Amino acid sequence: MNKKIGSDTVKRGMAQMQKGGVIMDVVNAEQAKIAEAAGAVAVMALERVPSDIRAAGGVARMADPTIVEQVMKAVTIPVMAKARIGHIAEARILEAMGVDYIDESEVLTPADDEFHLLKSQYTVPFVCGCRDLGEALRRIGEGASMLRTKGEPGTGNIVEAVRHMRMVQAQVRDVVATSDDELMVVARDMGAPYELLKQIKDLGKLPVVNFAAGGIATPADAALMMSLGADGVFVGSGIFKSNSPEKFARAIVQATTHFEDYKMIVELSKGLGEPMRGIEMKNLSGSDRMQDRSQ
Amino acid sequence: MKKKVGVLALQGAVSEHISQINQLGGQGIAVKTPADLAQVQGLIIPGGESTAISRLIQQVNLYEAIQEFAKTNPVFGTCAGLILCGSGITDGGEKLKPLNLIDIAVTRNGFGRQVDSFEVDLDIENVGKAIPSVFIRAPFIDSVGQGVKTLATYEDKIVMAEQGNILVCSFHPELTDNNQVTGYFMSKIIP
Repeated sequence: MNKKIGSDTVKRGMAQMQKGGVIMDVVNAEQAKIAEAAGAVAVMALERVPSDIRAAGGVARMADPTIVEQVMKAVTIPVMAKARIGHIAEARILEAMGVDYIDESEVLTPADDEFHLLKSQYTVPFVCGCRDLGEALRRIGEGASMLRTKGEPGTGNIVEAVRHMRMVQAQVRDVVATSDDELMVVARDMGAPYELLKQIKDLGKLPVVNFAAGGIATPADAALMMSLGADGVFVGSGIFKSNSPEKFARAIVQATTHFEDYKMIVELSKGLGEPMRGIEMKNLSGSDRMQDRSQ
Repeated sequence: MKKKVGVLALQGAVSEHISQINQLGGQGIAVKTPADLAQVQGLIIPGGESTAISRLIQQVNLYEAIQEFAKTNPVFGTCAGLILCGSGITDGGEKLKPLNLIDIAVTRNGFGRQVDSFEVDLDIENVGKAIPSVFIRAPFIDSVGQGVKTLATYEDKIVMAEQGNILVCSFHPELTDNNQVTGYFMSKIIP
């Protein structure tokens, strides 16, 4: 085989190297350095963290390339950045800058309320959010190389991420148990590509890694998501909206690795100070639910 | 007796290595603590983020434990694991503390960022010809000390080497269906 770039193996493989790790949202070079020193496996370069996007309202777009560039210069770990759903130009701009992963993200205001990016056409890999297996497989069908739960970003409330992780896991178990001659109808009902369902049935698991995201605020939250089967965690507002970002960052990294060592998590959780202030789901109106921005 | 092969399970591509070890008739065991390390006869340090893994190694007192283990048992580092097994880092070395198991100096992300990541078939001494190899934000070896044998090069860069019991490669044999590289490592383990 001659040298091949941008293949599925290379794009999915990059996400496999992130397993068991924590990917942290940062808005400048200084935060990126704190994240790296705490043991983050990657940083997500943004203009604002989700809770500030929520507070600011208006249209949320791709970050200023200057911020992304400064973060890329500041750290040696991979740098991810968010593009609006369906925004071909934002995604190509980020790819041209050499970011390591693009999050086609419902945290930003969608540019296209019907179609997602055809991610298979890019050399850079993509991560996308999902609430259930149908959504997960539509994104993989479009070329996503990594998944994450949508959760409800910027709330510091873990309930939606738990719901989405459990839903995907339960549906994977169902597919594995479904007989071959019933799989096509499952594909129809789920709105998912048949070939991918068949692949899950044969593999016994998703063909790409699936991280937890959207509401993780404490080391215990990270450990919870790992124990539910997440391959790793994204922490958005939870670190730099807490009272002591460095301590929170370090503690969440250790809790993610040692998620079954509860004695260690006791020690990690002591004296961290205030986590970010959370939002109760019923206080979010329909239009404030970022997870419902795409299907 | 199955060979008990540990995979350092602090962060990175752990399950992929464990399934290749099991395929080859060994018993893959996740290693998170010095107590886990005491149960195995060989250790793979997998790909992942070298800065993150280095920090986690030190937090659970595995640094000296792995150095001690490597004196009498084989260790195999892939990608981030190669960086960690090495003795020096050409750039950004202050961010992590290599284990100094093999006398090599390494350039991290030497082949570039993710958009430059690639797969290619490599001829590897002692292993075989045209072995599928996956390079992800991969490092390369700048220089090797006396007693280190180069096993493979790509574009004039050293990408695989060994010194006694210690084996390192820049790429990811665990991401392919070919388990010859892992098999070669396991042949070094004498239960």
